[in-house]
Amino acid sequence: MSAITTATEAIESPNALRRLFRRPLALACIGYLLLVILVAILAPVIWPGVDHEQAGDLIRARQGSTPDHWFGTDALGRDVLQRLLVGTRVTMVGVVEGMVVVLALGVPLGVIAGYFGGLPDRILTWISDLTFSIPGLIVILVVLSIFKASLLAAMITFGLLVSPHLIRLVRSATLPVSRELYIEAARVSGLSRFYILRHHVLPRIAGPIIVQASFLAAAILLVQSGLAYLNLIIEAPAPSWGGMIAEGLENISSQPWLIWPPGIAIGLTMLAFLLLSDQIRDVGVETWQGPRRRIRRKDITQVQAAALRVEGGRSDSGDDGSPAEVALLSMEGVRVSVSSPGGELTIIEGVTLDVRVGETVGLVGESGSGKTMTAMAILGLLTGGAQITSGEIRFAGRNLVGLSEQQLRRIRGSEIGLISQEPMVGFNPVFRIGTQLEDTLRLHQGMTRRQARVAAIDLLRRVRLPDPAAVARRYPHELSGGMAQRVAIARALSGNPTLLIADEPTTALDVTVQAEILELLRELAHDERMAILLVSHDWGVIADVCDRAVVMYAGQVVERAGIIPIFREPMHPYTAALLSSNPHHAIPGDVLPTIPGTVPKPGAWPVGCHFQARCRLSTTECGEAKIPMLQPTDERETRCLHFRVLAQESELVEVTRS
Amino acid sequence: MTSLDVNVALQQPQVRRGSRIGGLLRDPIAQVITRRILFAIPLLFVVSALSFVLMRLIPGDPARQILGPSGSPEAYAALREQLGLDLPLYQQYWDWLQNAVQGNLGTSIFRGESVVDILNQRLPVTFSLLFLSLLVTLIVGVTLGVLSAVRGGATGRGIDVLSQLGFILPSFWVAAVLVSIFAVQLRLLPAVGYVPIDDSVADWLRSLVLPVAAIALASVAAVARQTREAMLDVLGSEHIRMARANGIPPHRILLRYALKPAGTRVMTMLGLEAVSLLGGTVFIESVFAMPGLGSIAVSATYQQDVPLVVGVTVYFTILVVIVNLIVDLMYTWLDPRVRTA
Amino acid sequence: MIENSSVHRDSRPLLEVRDLGVVYKLGRRRPPLQAVDGVSLSVAPRETVGIVGESGSGKSTIGRAILGLAPIDRGTISLAGDDITHAGYGQRRKISADLQVIFQDPYSSLNPTRTIGQTLSESLIAQGHRSRSEIEARVATMLHRVGMSEDAASKYPNRFSGGQRQRIAIARALMTQPRLVICDEPTSALDLSVQAQILNLMRELQDEFQLSYLFIAHDLAVVRHLSHRIIVVYKGQVMEQGASNTVYSFPAHPYTRALLSAVPVPDPVEQGSWRELRLSDASEARAPSGENACPFASRCPHAVAICRTSRPALEETPEGSSVACHRWRDLRTPATTAVRNNGISQVPQSSPSNSIGA
Repeated sequence: MSAITTATEAIESPNALRRLFRRPLALACIGYLLLVILVAILAPVIWPGVDHEQAGDLIRARQGSTPDHWFGTDALGRDVLQRLLVGTRVTMVGVVEGMVVVLALGVPLGVIAGYFGGLPDRILTWISDLTFSIPGLIVILVVLSIFKASLLAAMITFGLLVSPHLIRLVRSATLPVSRELYIEAARVSGLSRFYILRHHVLPRIAGPIIVQASFLAAAILLVQSGLAYLNLIIEAPAPSWGGMIAEGLENISSQPWLIWPPGIAIGLTMLAFLLLSDQIRDVGVETWQGPRRRIRRKDITQVQAAALRVEGGRSDSGDDGSPAEVALLSMEGVRVSVSSPGGELTIIEGVTLDVRVGETVGLVGESGSGKTMTAMAILGLLTGGAQITSGEIRFAGRNLVGLSEQQLRRIRGSEIGLISQEPMVGFNPVFRIGTQLEDTLRLHQGMTRRQARVAAIDLLRRVRLPDPAAVARRYPHELSGGMAQRVAIARALSGNPTLLIADEPTTALDVTVQAEILELLRELAHDERMAILLVSHDWGVIADVCDRAVVMYAGQVVERAGIIPIFREPMHPYTAALLSSNPHHAIPGDVLPTIPGTVPKPGAWPVGCHFQARCRLSTTECGEAKIPMLQPTDERETRCLHFRVLAQESELVEVTRS
Repeated sequence: MTSLDVNVALQQPQVRRGSRIGGLLRDPIAQVITRRILFAIPLLFVVSALSFVLMRLIPGDPARQILGPSGSPEAYAALREQLGLDLPLYQQYWDWLQNAVQGNLGTSIFRGESVVDILNQRLPVTFSLLFLSLLVTLIVGVTLGVLSAVRGGATGRGIDVLSQLGFILPSFWVAAVLVSIFAVQLRLLPAVGYVPIDDSVADWLRSLVLPVAAIALASVAAVARQTREAMLDVLGSEHIRMARANGIPPHRILLRYALKPAGTRVMTMLGLEAVSLLGGTVFIESVFAMPGLGSIAVSATYQQDVPLVVGVTVYFTILVVIVNLIVDLMYTWLDPRVRTA
Repeated sequence: MIENSSVHRDSRPLLEVRDLGVVYKLGRRRPPLQAVDGVSLSVAPRETVGIVGESGSGKSTIGRAILGLAPIDRGTISLAGDDITHAGYGQRRKISADLQVIFQDPYSSLNPTRTIGQTLSESLIAQGHRSRSEIEARVATMLHRVGMSEDAASKYPNRFSGGQRQRIAIARALMTQPRLVICDEPTSALDLSVQAQILNLMRELQDEFQLSYLFIAHDLAVVRHLSHRIIVVYKGQVMEQGASNTVYSFPAHPYTRALLSAVPVPDPVEQGSWRELRLSDASEARAPSGENACPFASRCPHAVAICRTSRPALEETPEGSSVACHRWRDLRTPATTAVRNNGISQVPQSSPSNSIGA
């Protein structure tokens, strides 16, 4: 879904540094920090006297801004700007000292803990935990009570106390990288640990390290100025940012502005570190993490927006009393689009399909075909900014398109149930299974807590779980995959829905468990007349439970047929090619028929048939205009102009076989 | 149809539980408390041993400091013996540790009083500050974080800016600004001092408003940030999608289904913030001239009153242990995986 | 059909694994996990041996142990006669010329921060090749051979699709011209049409480079398509092994049968008849058995007392396969043998549509 948008924004060069410099905000931060360092180096050289200046021009003390003294003078008549600039050095020296310790300890130890694991890891983790519980500032005070006014001692101590933060971060950044398959491939090739750390691990974790380092630099700056404020690390007349705040506070009633210049200097520097770390993180994310899902605020706001919306949407329920034997669910020309930088991008194009009462319809396709998106559109649960832009979804006589979030909510769970590919993570990890079932039961059936408790166990029994009461007391992480999918089905049944949408319900399961779940779905369809829309990429699963199949390719429905005809006599070249590329039916060792090329991405769809570039039957006609759904027979539809050729071929097979 | 899959999974918890030692330890709460206490012992040991070794690194020694340069060699030797300074270092630490376990942390060099007496007197001040700051951090931080996660637009951006300000501004500077506005200009609140809660609850609160505001700003910012990130992660997760697919109303999703899982990360953050809040009392008590542990730590540092500084370290460490224990208990309550895993 | 004669069965096996045991320590609180428990297998030159099993069966761990990525508890592994059970860095580097790997996840198996060229040249560098031009030439040749364009070398992995990445991963494995490639679920993350391309490529390369494959997968159809011999593992132990056709057509072990009958066939009519069989084979899970038992006993519909007290050894069947089951002789009824024999050649699509995309 959102992968579509991220994939189109192809990442040009993984050179993170270059892209960092292309960001104005990052440039500003780097520029500012360089300026501060320059001042720290030069100011004490330009005004060498300031460090020892006990008092300045006492006659001009306590002045505001004047042409001679831009930032005014303090109670002793000293120039505030000069003191601020000269005071930069001690501040920056403190930061550098602390950072040297932090980096020298944090990076190597973190890498060791993360990459090698085992005993060193356990020891380091234990030390880190211990250090997190030590009130660092107090320990610095202990040190300063011994090494009086020693900035170096204070900063080394603080560096020691802060480095576990970096150790922990580096460790947790290294750990997943060290388990990546490319590291294992490198180990298989016999590359040395040093080579692997240098070439594979460090480049991957550099981003997070820099982010955390600039964060820690800010923390060190803060502590440095705090200690300076307490007058613990700098001998009296020498200026420092923190010390100037202390001086300002002494004169807060007579010269309230004195606290502002050092405060702003600290704030700006902190801000530079903070913003820089944000910028580096952003660059890092887009560099090689690539199509990683970032949650957009827009998605989340939908939840809240819905809560605030009291009424809304047109209510066109029951405007035309459709007869009952018509399809329970009927999608008609449903188009789904996302808004992208290049305008509106269609990702589902005119999907039409029906599901009747008690019928199981398979929605098949490969990744990128839009089958899951189609299923989610029914429930109004599109993510990544996708929207239904045209078409109708008629369910039990109502058009679901255009319903308000609140109206859709009454349908979700109670009239249409959903089970998904990953049943385990579909449950809230912190509530018991029983509690979560009771929640939906009370919501949909208006039960009391006590009634719901009984009903929840009944539901678990209905999906054939042994000892349902015990299962209800479990937390999701205590279930196996097969059990979790049964429970997920139980939850989907809690509102007594008439339609169940099953989105790849067995893909994550072992074959033996899959067989049981499919059996359960079949029983629901057969014994309880439940309509099921089964989304799957697995033709075996489709063959096992479906009555009819709808094949999707590149955002379109390309073929619709009964389950036996579609396998025996596919009337779309894509269906035919896909079926034959399945090794299941091939002679072992033979060359498998393949489909050349790749699925075109949304936005790159050709004018006519989406499959034309990969199709052996394609002619110029195929690219001229949109291909409509053709009806070879009453029960069959295909989006192919050449379906007759295919039909003849399969007749030929019939002949040769008999 | 049933399968092994089902059966094995049903048996697992019992197997695990059976392998645990002791009946009491079966209770997760008791486990957390035991673990924390077991953790506190090495922590206190490390902190005190470090402090003790550092203490003996002082150029000159406490006897010389107490007597000053004018003291006679006989008096010096006598005092050394009296203070136990003639004994080997490990013997001194062992004596100190034995005393410490019995609640005797030695005598302040500068004040000549018992360290424990001095610190007990000042504990309520720091405790009030810490307790109120944590409360404010939790309530305000989580509220702002949730709001920021849910609301885009101006509200969200406002909260983002606030949390960034909280991060970049030093607490003592914020304190100075607050004093300048609310105490000096508007004269609404006292600029300095602390009123014990026994004297007057209202005045106690009034005396704590500015210190708490100054010290909690950073941790409110940190907790708000963490809450927002955690909420965004949880709201984007599969179980929230499934909750929506099951027709759970949005406010319920937000406050029940998302907040509780996000709470574990918030708690972790709160534990870390408690440690830095405690450090922050050092500055804030100085700004507001509050007679707490932090301010005495600073003056003891000036005076090189090592026993007193070490005493404060021990007190602070115990406070951290208590806060962490509370955080752990809340964590256990929030996340069942901690309980069973 | 793949003829066994194409494989040099008489020659010395390239890979020989004897009584392999792998134990993972799971920390102080939990008992260690016996992931692999006494597995023996061999792979002859130019042979493909398939290992099938469900998740947690230990099938991937066997491959990882051979590659030196899993903690070996007991047993020996030898490659071309050399013992590599506990090979250190030096020896690993040497044997990596002969032993390579293709992993399941094409997204995790290529370092996103390194160009394809850098990734491919790595194993040559480890082998001590220093000539830049030679390495580059070899990279270009291999890329070309797996159907990628040569300028891919200068690009980063994020530019490529899953199928293309898997081609690159194959190229990486073949850079040193190894003799044995461990393939750990190489196609299970791929779409059906891409999977077919990769399977074809792997077969072509096997002939061209005289490769042996140890092919680990959960998809029985895929394993069958490539493998000469098949090993069925369950809970870290071998349940059954034998020539691919034999195991599929005359499964002797109840677990093999359960596995075969659970796979839905992409043909509704055939699947319908399969389902009947699956239902008749269904059973309640029985009481868990002790340590020295058949690992499948608790799930087996045919388990008797002896299954719960003694672990069966591998025995030879008349069809030439080996099976670890106490009751395999009793279970050889006509109804339960000849299981998957028929389904294969009768399928309509197999021949005419071969021309698609050709």
